[in-house]
Amino acid sequence: MADAATYDPLRTAGTWGRRAKIIVYALLTLFALVYLLPFTIVVLNSFRDLGDISRNGLIGLPHSFSLDYWIQAWSTFCVGGTCEGIQPFFYNSVAMVIPATIISTAIGAINGYVLSKWRFPGSEVLFGIMTLGVFMPGQMVLLPWAQVLGFLGLTNSIPGLVLIHCVQGLSFTTLFCRNYYVNIPDDLIKAARIDGAGFWRIFRKVVLPLSPPIIIVTVIWQFTNIWNEFLFAFIFSSGTHQPITVALVALSGGGTAVHQYNVESAAVLIGALPPLLIYLFGGRYFLRGLTQGALK
Amino acid sequence: MASLTIQHVKKNFGSVPVLKGIDLEVKTGEFVVLVGPSGCGKSTLLAIIAGLESVTEGEVRIDQRVVNSVPPKDRDIAMVFQSYALYPTMTVRGNMMFGMESRGVPKPEREKAVARVAELLRIENLLGRKPNQLSGGQRQRVAMGRALVRDPKLFLFDEPLSNLDAKLRVEMRTEIKKLYQTLGKTTIYVTHDQVEAMTLASRIAVMHQGLVQQFAEPRTVYDRPANMFVASFMGSPPMNFLPAKITGSGAASPAVVLAEGNGETNQLPLAQGIAKSGSDGRPVVLGIRPENLTRYDRRHTEETPCLGTIEAEVEVVEPTGAETMVVVRIAGKEVIARFEPNAAPAVGERVKLAVDMTKACLFDPETETLIDRAGSD
Repeated sequence: MADAATYDPLRTAGTWGRRAKIIVYALLTLFALVYLLPFTIVVLNSFRDLGDISRNGLIGLPHSFSLDYWIQAWSTFCVGGTCEGIQPFFYNSVAMVIPATIISTAIGAINGYVLSKWRFPGSEVLFGIMTLGVFMPGQMVLLPWAQVLGFLGLTNSIPGLVLIHCVQGLSFTTLFCRNYYVNIPDDLIKAARIDGAGFWRIFRKVVLPLSPPIIIVTVIWQFTNIWNEFLFAFIFSSGTHQPITVALVALSGGGTAVHQYNVESAAVLIGALPPLLIYLFGGRYFLRGLTQGALK
Repeated sequence: MASLTIQHVKKNFGSVPVLKGIDLEVKTGEFVVLVGPSGCGKSTLLAIIAGLESVTEGEVRIDQRVVNSVPPKDRDIAMVFQSYALYPTMTVRGNMMFGMESRGVPKPEREKAVARVAELLRIENLLGRKPNQLSGGQRQRVAMGRALVRDPKLFLFDEPLSNLDAKLRVEMRTEIKKLYQTLGKTTIYVTHDQVEAMTLASRIAVMHQGLVQQFAEPRTVYDRPANMFVASFMGSPPMNFLPAKITGSGAASPAVVLAEGNGETNQLPLAQGIAKSGSDGRPVVLGIRPENLTRYDRRHTEETPCLGTIEAEVEVVEPTGAETMVVVRIAGKEVIARFEPNAAPAVGERVKLAVDMTKACLFDPETETLIDRAGSD
């Protein structure tokens, strides 16, 4: 590990090595700029007034600065007839993402525990079928979901979307947790069984305390995907029940004459904020959790 | 404290038979070691006793109660694992208390039990630590502590010392023996190390290919191995095997004649008991342990009632410090002899060897089983 961290493939002797290093870093910087440019433009536009934008172009250095557009975007801008900004849709997304993330992660953890530590005849096949869901495109299940939601009376509702995201997310959460739990030595489970602990007690006292790395990975993954999800949200919600991803489209496609680029930029950034914050605070754990193999 | 009975136990993994009919009767307070090469089924048998594996056929009884379908937690056993299997997120104290907590033992009692065992194992100062803050030997001790703290009927050890370095292994071996002598608990101990088996066991069950080859006291297993597998597995370096024929079985001085090699004929006297079971010309395999084969010295004649002598050329000399192992060639076969370091020969030297025939074993070359000393002993 220490070796891998300090090993530098470009640290060769001579001028060629140094030149190669410069080229590599220049390329990396270029790519970073290319990736960051759209984001930078959106951030800058969210503070510029419309006149500035139309005079100097969408891509241009700001000549004005105001926080008004953020406030407008949040609480007063008109989206689809109501003029409360994107605030209600933001809360819709919160009300969707929190239960969906918690439930899908919890069930994924239990599934993973069963499929790795309490195997039964056919459990490998079952696991194979479950992970098939990882490769299944969402479009394929739109019609079945429409029927299920209709049958349950959950059409055009946040609970309906929660249900969809819980079920659709299970393949991933189960895969993550199962592959992590496989690395927990079986002897621990055997020792706990001899110690008189049952299925749930072993899960709570032995397996869960070892789980933070994979729970963090799963939560970040689920939160980001569910928050950013558009297809199901767009198809199965309308009006005041829309999550923020759908509302953002409604906001820009309002049909009014002038595009409020500054307010739209601010709204987009507000919509992108939660996953961004999650990444900023949890990104380290995410990478660590994904790369962490066997536990000691 | 309990007895353990295993009757006709068979176990298949899929279509592969792992145990092919095991019978063992462990008395209360015995320390029984299951020993054998890897893949012999010893760990599977232990898992069956623990209730972690089911049997395909047969019966397991603890204290005469059939426990075939009793889950591990209700068998009142404790087990020490090769990997120690300490709960990594709990402290040593937490590890030791977990089993009692699961069983709803009241807190004051738990505290008392932990204190008692911690003192016994001298791990009081480790109680607040996590397993990853412990050395290998300390982990081993804690794993034993976790097993001891519940005062179970039956102790199971699954190769508990094989993750330790050589020096620590010897120390912990002594410690386990002391512990057993103090507590006198019925113990089943699995190992692949024949030295551990010899030093610890009150009785050894030597296993091979899913069967118990011999179940007897260490001395018996060593001196009178039931077959050639046991003879070669127990003891290091292993017993030497030489093809031979019985001669003069009816006469006053029965003997074996070694198969010829290099044109020389060697004849060794037989201790009387052995001779009775064989008739003239019967082919046998003569088994001699290295320590019964050493440089001839006049003293031998007075001390050993049945002494043979043999001349052989030295091929390899391997000093180990306390003794020197010498490879010689007898009747065309490599044979290991044990010499005192100061009596060690040089390579190429022709030495006269004394063979203590009272300790020799005869095996049937067909069945590979020990030929009993019929009528004697």
